[in-house]
Amino acid sequence: MTFTQPTIDLTAVSPLLALLATAIFLLLLPLFFRSAGRALLAFVAVIGLLISGVCLFRIPVVPISGFDRLLLLDPLAIAVHGALLLAALLTLLISLNRVEDEYLNYGEYFSLLLFSLIGMMIVTSTWNLLVLFLGLELFSIALYTLAGIRKMRADSVEASLKYLLLGAFASGFLLYGMALLYGASGTLQLNEMMLGIEADASTLALIYAGVILLFIGLAFKAALVPFHMWTPDVYEGSATPVSAFMSTATKAAAFIVLIRLLAHSELAIRFPWPQLLIVLAVLTMTVGNLLAIHQKNVKRMLAYSSISHAGYLLVGLTAASSSGDQAVLFYLFVYTAMNIGAFGVLSHMGVSNADERVDFESYRGMGYRSPFAALCLAVFMFSLSGLPPFSGFIGKLYLFSAAVEKGYVALVVIAVLNSVASVYYYMRLVVNLYMRDPAEELSLPRANAGLKAALFIALLLTVLWGIYPSLLTDLLAGISRPLP
Amino acid sequence: MPAFEGINMSWFFFILFAALAVGSAIAMISQKNPVYSAVFLIITFFAVAGCYYLLQAPFLSIVQIIVYAGAIMVLFLFVIMLLNLRKEIRLPLHGPWQVAFAALFAAILLLQLVMFILAAVPTFHSAPGHGALSGGGEPLGLLLFTKYIYPFEIASLVLLVAIIGAVVLGRKKLPKEF
Repeated sequence: MTFTQPTIDLTAVSPLLALLATAIFLLLLPLFFRSAGRALLAFVAVIGLLISGVCLFRIPVVPISGFDRLLLLDPLAIAVHGALLLAALLTLLISLNRVEDEYLNYGEYFSLLLFSLIGMMIVTSTWNLLVLFLGLELFSIALYTLAGIRKMRADSVEASLKYLLLGAFASGFLLYGMALLYGASGTLQLNEMMLGIEADASTLALIYAGVILLFIGLAFKAALVPFHMWTPDVYEGSATPVSAFMSTATKAAAFIVLIRLLAHSELAIRFPWPQLLIVLAVLTMTVGNLLAIHQKNVKRMLAYSSISHAGYLLVGLTAASSSGDQAVLFYLFVYTAMNIGAFGVLSHMGVSNADERVDFESYRGMGYRSPFAALCLAVFMFSLSGLPPFSGFIGKLYLFSAAVEKGYVALVVIAVLNSVASVYYYMRLVVNLYMRDPAEELSLPRANAGLKAALFIALLLTVLWGIYPSLLTDLLAGISRPLP
Repeated sequence: MPAFEGINMSWFFFILFAALAVGSAIAMISQKNPVYSAVFLIITFFAVAGCYYLLQAPFLSIVQIIVYAGAIMVLFLFVIMLLNLRKEIRLPLHGPWQVAFAALFAAILLLQLVMFILAAVPTFHSAPGHGALSGGGEPLGLLLFTKYIYPFEIASLVLLVAIIGAVVLGRKKLPKEF
C-alpha cells in the first residue's frame, strides 16, 4: 500500500476551520495578554463566529460531500448551521453581562463554547455514524465542562455530574445502536443502510433494535419525555448563558440528526415511526407543560418549557414531509432567538453569583424599574406561549399545519390544547412584571452593551419573523425530502 | 477465522488462552476481595489479547493490552483504592422469591445463550474492504490518514476538549480578575 495524499475540500470545512482557529486562539490569548478581559475574549469569539458565518454563506447551494462522503453539506445542514451560529452569537453576547463574573472570565469558557458549536456543526452535517458519534462526544464533553464551570457552587457541580453520567448512558445506547446497525448492514453510512442487504427477518430485527437504540440516545440529547429527567436540574445549576445555549443549540443538533434518521426513506418506511412519534410528542408536550405550571423558579420553568417545545417540534417531525422539516427548522430558529433572549433577561436579574434571583417573586414590578428588559421578557413570553403576532405563533402554525396536511388532526388538537395551557405559566411571569408591586427595593445594575445588543437582536428577530415570516422561509425553501 | 488444520501449536495455544480467559473470568466474579478480582480481570484481558493474536489480529491484540489492561485497569484500581473497601457487606436476601426469580432469569439467559450459540446464524456481515486490516498497524494507519482523516481529526479535537475540561474543572485557584 502506498500513501496518497487525500484531497481536502477547504471550502466545505472552512466554517469549521474558522471556528477551530478562533477557539484555539482564545485559549492562548490570556497567556500572552494577561490583561485580556472578558470583553476582548468575547469580541474575538464574535469575530470568529462572523468569519465562520461568511464562510458558510459562500458554500454553494448544491449539496456537496467531502472526505469520501463523510461530510455532507446539503440545504438542511447549512440552514441548521445558521441557527447554531445564531445561538452561539446570542450566548456570547449575554455572557458579557456581569453576573457570575469570576467564572466566565476564563478564555476556556469562550473556547469551550466554540468547541461545542464545532461539535454540533459536525453532527448535523454527516450521514456517517462514526463522524456522528465523534461530533456528539465533542459537543457533549464541552457542555459537561461548561455546566460545571461555576465549580464553587454545589448545584453547578451537581448539574455537571448529572449531565455527564446520564450523557454517558445516552452515548452507550447510541453506540450500541450504531454497532448493531453496522453489524447488520456492513456500512456506517446512514443513508445506504438498507441498500444491498437481503431483508431477512433476523437482519431486520437487528436493524430495528439498532434504530431504536440510536433514537433513545438522541432523545436524551433532545430531552424528550421519558428521557428528560436531567433537564431541569442541569439548566438550573448551570450558568444562565450556558443553560440558554444548551436549551437551544443542543436541541437543534439533536433534532437535525433525528430528521436524518427518520427521513431516510428505507429505514422510515419499514419502521412504525408515526405511532411512536405521536406517543412521544403527546407525552413530551403534556409532561413538560404540566410540570412547568408548578414551578416557582423561572429557570426551572424555562427548562420544563423547553421540554414541551421539544414536543411541539416532534409534531412537525411526525408529519414526515418537506414542509414538516421546514417547519421544524423555522421553529428552531425562532426558538433560538426567543429562548436565549429570555435567559438573557434572567442573567440580567441576578445581582450576584450567590443570588441569581430566579424565583417568580423577584420579578414583581420589574416593568417599572427596568422597562426595556421587562418589555423584552414580556415579548419573549408571549412568543413562547405562541400568541400572535410574534414568531412563536407563526412557528407553531407551520408545525401544526404540516401535521394536519398529513391527517394527524387529533395530535394537533392535543398540541393546541397544550399550547393554551402553557399560556398560564408564561403569563404568570408577565403579570408579575407589570401588575404587582415590588416586594423590596430592587436595584438593578445597568445592563452592559453586550446584553443590550443580544436582547435587541433577539427582540428584533422575534418580532420580525412573526410579521414577515417569508424572511426566514425563503432561506429554508431548499430543504426537501428525500434528502440527497 | 483461520481454518485450523487439525491439531497444531496455534490451536493448542488458542485453547489455552481461551480456557485461561474463561477461568480467570470465573475466578474474578467469585472473589471476595475486589483487588483480587481486578487482578483476575487483568489476566482475562491478557488472555483475550492472546486469542486476538492467534486470530491474526496483532494490532487488535496490542490495543487490547494497552487500552484495557493498561488504561482501564488503572482506573478500576484507583476507584477500588479510593473507596477503601475493607470488609464485605452482606446484603440480606428479600425472601425466598428473590432467589427463585434470580434462578429463573439466570436460567432464561443461559438458555438464550445456548440457543444463540447452537443456532449460530452468521447474521453479522463482515465489513467489506477491511480485510487488509487484520494484518497490523500499517494498513490501519494508511486508512486513518487517507480515507478517515476527517473523523481522525475530530477524535483529536475530542481529546483536546477533554483535556481542557479536566484542567478547567480541576484547577483549584480561580484566576484573579485579569
